[in-house]
Amino acid sequence: MLQFLQLIASGVAQGCIYGLIALGFVLIYKATETVNFAQGDLMMVGGFLGLTGTLALGLPFWAAFVAALAVMFFFGMALERAVLRPLLGQPAFTVVMATIGVGFLARGLVTMIPEWGTDTHVLPVPYKDEIVQVGGLVLSMEHLVVIAVTALLILGLYLLFKHTRIGIAMQATSQNQLAAFYMGIPVRRINMLIWGISAAVSACAGLLLAPITFVHANMGFIGLKAFPAAVVGGFGSIPGALVGGLIIGIVETLAGFYLPEGFKDIAAYIVVLVMLAVKPNGLFGENLRKKV
Amino acid sequence: MADDVILQLNNVESAYGPVKAIRGVSLKVSQGSIVTVLGANGAGKSTILKTISGIIDPQKGSILYRNEPIQKKDPAWIVRQGIAHVPEGREIFPLLSVRENLIMGAYTRPMGEKAEVEREIEQVYGYFPILKERTGQPAGQLSGGQQQMLAISRALLAKPTIMLLDEPSLGLSPKLTHEIFEIIKRINAERGVTILLVEQNARVALKYADYGYVLEVGRIVMEDPCAVLREKEDVKEFYLGIKDSGVRGTRRWKKKKTWR
Repeated sequence: MLQFLQLIASGVAQGCIYGLIALGFVLIYKATETVNFAQGDLMMVGGFLGLTGTLALGLPFWAAFVAALAVMFFFGMALERAVLRPLLGQPAFTVVMATIGVGFLARGLVTMIPEWGTDTHVLPVPYKDEIVQVGGLVLSMEHLVVIAVTALLILGLYLLFKHTRIGIAMQATSQNQLAAFYMGIPVRRINMLIWGISAAVSACAGLLLAPITFVHANMGFIGLKAFPAAVVGGFGSIPGALVGGLIIGIVETLAGFYLPEGFKDIAAYIVVLVMLAVKPNGLFGENLRKKV
Repeated sequence: MADDVILQLNNVESAYGPVKAIRGVSLKVSQGSIVTVLGANGAGKSTILKTISGIIDPQKGSILYRNEPIQKKDPAWIVRQGIAHVPEGREIFPLLSVRENLIMGAYTRPMGEKAEVEREIEQVYGYFPILKERTGQPAGQLSGGQQQMLAISRALLAKPTIMLLDEPSLGLSPKLTHEIFEIIKRINAERGVTILLVEQNARVALKYADYGYVLEVGRIVMEDPCAVLREKEDVKEFYLGIKDSGVRGTRRWKKKKTWR
């Protein structure tokens, strides 16, 4: 039993990471109806920025953490402005291809930066190898930090979307872009902000993941597992992205322990297939069809 | 009519790609009046409103608001000048609550007016008490009529000088249509909001408006005070469906519109 709880705890931590990346997908999908396939790569760049902040600039970890989020926020906005906005009005396929291109570009460019390169790096964190004991349960501090920071971030986003005018305007824009134009909401600027937030959220996932795994140019491929998380939750639902992430994280961890080798990596996709067969809209999927 | 014109379109042409939707439309709206543009489906009525509010840029012509040209400006800027648009088919934000929808209507107003906006939300609830009952509900759950009320209220929150109404009667029962038009009339009378109304339902539009234009395939073919328009034979026959025919009746297929 204790072992089971232990696994759940690490599954939840892993799930938070997936959830955060999925959240990045969902934010952009809701706002602009495109899937940003560079989401995982934004996470990777965030991880490297944290690395540079702590090692090269010598900032304290949390300062580097916040700085990396801030840089990624502006990077996301710049990306929207430079790459996505010129494609406004083009078919979704074009936009998706552009994001895939951005992903490749990011992976390629990162390997050319001398300090970053193709190596795997360890992000030094102040809470490395610390352990918290609750009853008989042994929890690693790294996992607890992941869970706590995710919870904080979600709370922050909730307050933003529910209780600020700009947050409500972001929701409004994603629900009915034309009406937002009619109301005089600056739709383009709002989309840019969404990209910024999405990039910062991804970077947050990268910085939380870095101490558990490593920082390297291909760490963004974890995005491929966050994608099922978004689908399970119902693409387009913010709580869904997190719940989906948690489900994928827990299932994956349990599958890795109880099932034969190899199941860990395919568990996420099995969950998605089952979900698509049973409830194609996902757990929290909105049933609002587009009206003509 | 010519005095204190607040909005004036001069020879405006707009197109969707290669398709010309309006071809040289000129019209005037004077302060405090209710002006209607009548026309069938596809005549270009909505395009006129969209061009005024900056959603579509006109290819030719000018739009003067308080004697200043406003064509090709940003829609947000136009809303700030006091032109609010109630779009066709309501276009509410379905997952936001009724209240949040109203707050979005006031988006262009400065943050400092928060208390004032709160007060105005209450005033607007005075016009449409049902919205107050549903204040916390997602707007997508409202009925069609309630959504129309919400769309009008939302536009009012922008504190408009002139309100552009695009087919407020769309999909509503005759009774509800009259209720909504009564309130539009009240808004016009009590708040002095000028109204430019686009309608297919000529009967109700001519009843409530002061001045009317008839639009056909992108051109204004007739204009007059509504009292005059109501009596015109062509309008009666083609827009109101009334015929003063004799015992034998008019042979309809021989009847031609006189304005062509």
